[in-house]
Amino acid sequence: MIWGVLQFPGSCDERDALHACEVHGDGARLIWHESRDLDGVDGVVVPGGFSYGDYLRAGAIARFSPAMEAVAEAAAGGAPVIGICNGFQVLCEAGLLPGALLRNAELRFRCHQVELVEEISGERLSIPAKHGEGRYYAPEEMLDRMERDGQVAYRYAEGHNSNGSARDIAGVTNERGNVLGLMPHPEHAVDPLTGSTDGLRVFERMSKVAA
Amino acid sequence: MLIRPKEGILDPQGKAVERALPALGFEGIGHVHVGRMVELEAEDPERLVELCEKLLANTLIEDYEIQTL
Repeated sequence: MIWGVLQFPGSCDERDALHACEVHGDGARLIWHESRDLDGVDGVVVPGGFSYGDYLRAGAIARFSPAMEAVAEAAAGGAPVIGICNGFQVLCEAGLLPGALLRNAELRFRCHQVELVEEISGERLSIPAKHGEGRYYAPEEMLDRMERDGQVAYRYAEGHNSNGSARDIAGVTNERGNVLGLMPHPEHAVDPLTGSTDGLRVFERMSKVAA
Repeated sequence: MLIRPKEGILDPQGKAVERALPALGFEGIGHVHVGRMVELEAEDPERLVELCEKLLANTLIEDYEIQTL
């Protein structure tokens, strides 16, 4: 499994994402946002940061980049795509994932380790979160439909929803399950040195989609 | 273009401003919402709706209004 990691002006987590993909998969390469060519990768990570300075709305301008056109095509073809933090915002703005991410309910930038529960397995993951606009929102009927169709991938464990996300949602997928977006950062939790390797399970989950 | 959070969606910026007002002696002000204004000159105003829908507003969470000067 070769991963491609997008890089926009203002991305800041692409190096850790690249490292996580190297630890987990068979290699990874950076893809500049102006590239229309994904260079033959099997899956794509849209990393965290502040693409285009978060101008207008977080993710709103990045979605129009040539690389994102290529990602939309790859996603339509079934390739795994993971959007982390700002990458999640980009995928929502691009319409590849349902819903939107709003300013944290308490207006604070939150940066701490959070506990997540994977919806399918019930397994708990401990990974870092750091964001100011991570409050997941979708209209009630959309949330009902997503829950019914198994599109809620991760929820904050009790007491860990610090941004006010609807129904404690931390990560969602598209209907097909090959596009995943989540606010916390699995790429920062792949080495015992930093306290947790639970982030690798997110990459494992998504590489199974490709298999 | 005036872009504001949709009615019913929690707007913490608006709430923060609203809560600060009494301390400054402004009483009787409620329903504060903070949005954005985008000023532009357009040769073809017909396309402004499309521009708002595609880029300037996220219609899932925001309403927009176009004012022509």
